[in-house]
Amino acid sequence: MSPTEVLRLDRISKRFGALLANDDLSLALRAGEVVALLGENGAGKTTLMNVLFGQYVADGGTITAFGQPLPPGNPRAALAAGIGMVHQHFTLADHLTVLENILLGTRSLWSPSLDLGAARVRVVQLADQFGLAVDPGARVGSLSVGERQRVEILKALYRDARILILDEPTAVLTPQEADALFATLRKMVADGLSIIFISHKLHEVMAIADRCLVLRHGKMVGDVATAATSPDALAAMMVGGEVHRPKVAAGVAGPALMRLEAVTTPDREGAPGLKAASLSLHAGQITGIAGVSGNGQAALSDILSGLAAPASGRLMLGEAPAPARWTPAGALSAGVGRIPEDRHKTGTIADFTLTENAVLETHARAPFSRKGWMDWRAAADHASAIIAKYDVRCPGPEARIRLLSGGNMQKLILGRVLEAAPGVILANQPVRGLDIGAIAYVHGQLLAARDRGAAVLLISEDLDEVMQLSDVIHVMSEGRLTPPLPRGAATMAELGLWMAGEGFDHAA
Amino acid sequence: MRLEPIANPSALRRFGLPALALIATVIAASLLALIAGANPFATLGLILEGAAGSRFALLETLNRATPLIFTGLAVAVAFRAKLWNIGAEAQLYAGAIVTVVFGVTSWGVAWLQLPVVAAIAVAAGALVLLGPVILKTRFGVDEVVTTLLLNFVMLLFVSYLVEGPMKDPAGMGWPKSVPVAKDLRLPRLIEGLRLHWGFGLALIAAVLVWLIETRTVLGYRMRAVGQNPQAARFAGIPVNRVLVQTALISGGLAALAGFSEVAGLKGHLSRDLSPGFGYTGIIVAMLALLNPLGVILSALFVAGVFVGADSMSRAAGVPTYIADILLALSLLFMVLAISLTHRRVVWR
Repeated sequence: MSPTEVLRLDRISKRFGALLANDDLSLALRAGEVVALLGENGAGKTTLMNVLFGQYVADGGTITAFGQPLPPGNPRAALAAGIGMVHQHFTLADHLTVLENILLGTRSLWSPSLDLGAARVRVVQLADQFGLAVDPGARVGSLSVGERQRVEILKALYRDARILILDEPTAVLTPQEADALFATLRKMVADGLSIIFISHKLHEVMAIADRCLVLRHGKMVGDVATAATSPDALAAMMVGGEVHRPKVAAGVAGPALMRLEAVTTPDREGAPGLKAASLSLHAGQITGIAGVSGNGQAALSDILSGLAAPASGRLMLGEAPAPARWTPAGALSAGVGRIPEDRHKTGTIADFTLTENAVLETHARAPFSRKGWMDWRAAADHASAIIAKYDVRCPGPEARIRLLSGGNMQKLILGRVLEAAPGVILANQPVRGLDIGAIAYVHGQLLAARDRGAAVLLISEDLDEVMQLSDVIHVMSEGRLTPPLPRGAATMAELGLWMAGEGFDHAA
Repeated sequence: MRLEPIANPSALRRFGLPALALIATVIAASLLALIAGANPFATLGLILEGAAGSRFALLETLNRATPLIFTGLAVAVAFRAKLWNIGAEAQLYAGAIVTVVFGVTSWGVAWLQLPVVAAIAVAAGALVLLGPVILKTRFGVDEVVTTLLLNFVMLLFVSYLVEGPMKDPAGMGWPKSVPVAKDLRLPRLIEGLRLHWGFGLALIAAVLVWLIETRTVLGYRMRAVGQNPQAARFAGIPVNRVLVQTALISGGLAALAGFSEVAGLKGHLSRDLSPGFGYTGIIVAMLALLNPLGVILSALFVAGVFVGADSMSRAAGVPTYIADILLALSLLFMVLAISLTHRRVVWR
């Protein structure tokens, strides 16, 4: 073990049934180093980190932290050894203050006093040192997502973490917030901490990491210095071959097929509703909605899906207002195709077969049913056609859809939507969690639908995706929409300012 | 110890585990017989003989299975749509009450009166379940509570009727209603055998429910709403309307149990018309894994256990409530088997 080496994972293997999630993986981390862990969904990144953090027990292999072997399957031991993890989904108690959250679990149940004063001094000092501005007395429930992430990092630092694992930390941040996070990470590294950074955003990895480790199908397929590689080379390593991204040419705008005129909807469950949002969806165009999740995207999606009607303002279909009783069935018959955000909970019924899922939206119509009786043969034929045309990999139309991978499930939903030849297509996070090949496929299909004259609304928290595909971009922040920004009219930094909510007062 | 899900259980798992559950039930029942001081093999033999050992025993089992098929179907249909109808007992009595109300006087046209009264009974049962379902869809009131409590309300109402306005003056003071007219007695299924047409009706109902569930738009929607109401709603399925339609079918089926017991067997309404057929219907439906055709088999099984235990008790002196324990155990083992079909236990 070299003097600066702080962590060594040696020949880790972990098997889930037939799936070898981690296959003989080794990894070494030095003090003051940022290592990026790259790989597609299902490559084994999360499994490896869960093994390191003691959530899983590896089938084989050893872990050494600061020269001491780490007992397997013990998160407390990992914490005690100075390993901290910031999960993608935060683990904070909303009704406690920042300070209380940080102290949670650090004190014995029997200690008579909390001694908040000394703890506060230490937290403030840590926050100053690493540029993690947050008020220790604030309730976590009132904090923004970026602030909550800072609390998570402070929590790890307070426990003297010397190795910090960050799982997709920028997924929930605006570009500016991500830059601030990177500045913090650089300060931590300068202080001698080591960081494992899990991500699939290649430009971020290039910006922050010293070294990139690439996983594919549970195996380590690359260990390269960032300076000696390129995003394209990393992407090729991740998928094991050349990546074919669809070529994006500008769309030719036709008439507006759907318009929102100053639509407002009520807030619900902590998520903002729409605030006088105006939007025009034109035939032959992809309209992108950029923004951090939880800023009204769900409300916008509900309007297009027919799940909610405007409380005020108007929803126009072509030149006519939408029916007053605006329902999912009404949206479907108005020619709106919907790809929902959550394909498992909203898009499909897990224990239904592919056939049953394929006709979920059209089962009440001929040829799938007549006079109330289902024609299962026609439905199965339809499912088979979608399976063939959209390259859905599955055991057959009678297999239950829960057996399919996310990508294949999404292809079935895509086929279900596109085969109905919709005029307007809602694509809400259409590629979330998909691998690069499936992403390219879904994007290609959306572009093809656009070129056939459909008006596509693309909602995504991935700014790269929005900028790459959209002919027109609106930025969404706290339920408000910016005016349309044509392709290339705004830089990523400018979009980021809108995403942070700046400039809306003048625009509204 | 923890449970890991299995994506695609093998045939051995899917059929072997329920079989194992039955075997476990038999073993547990034998132990109970031992505790009661009887020979377990003799006890089980007597139950089997009492349930199916003679023509009389078999017919008794089929008669007892008839209301259980109806209530089992009622529960199976509702549970399929995740509508937790615990009130089949109340719907059964609603069907029985209107059968007596519209059956005491003959209309002179028996072939018309029977089906019309059956239809009115169905409507009455449907109506009894409609209230809880509207409360559920409109105000989010838990239907488990409302349907369960309605059972007691209905039983008290029946008590009032058979002690008061419907009391049979010729009943020697017994709390039972006036008998229905001769026209309203269900004919024998086969001449000379003590088995009425209610059993035939129950079989037809099971096939119809099976057809509805597997072949119709309504059945497809019921399953969709039961498995994932969020996805169903997103896909344009009117979730609340489907729940109301399900309730009408479920309540109507349970009411047919009441109709068939009055018109086929008892001829009058009394407080003990149903020894908990509505509740036992839940066991029947669960044992059948909510499959309408499976309900026939599980109703026969449950009826056989009851009838067999009755006769065994007379012969061997083991108390009859061994039947209740046996059914409870079979349900517990079956639920465990079903749960383990899709999960495996991992020890570590």
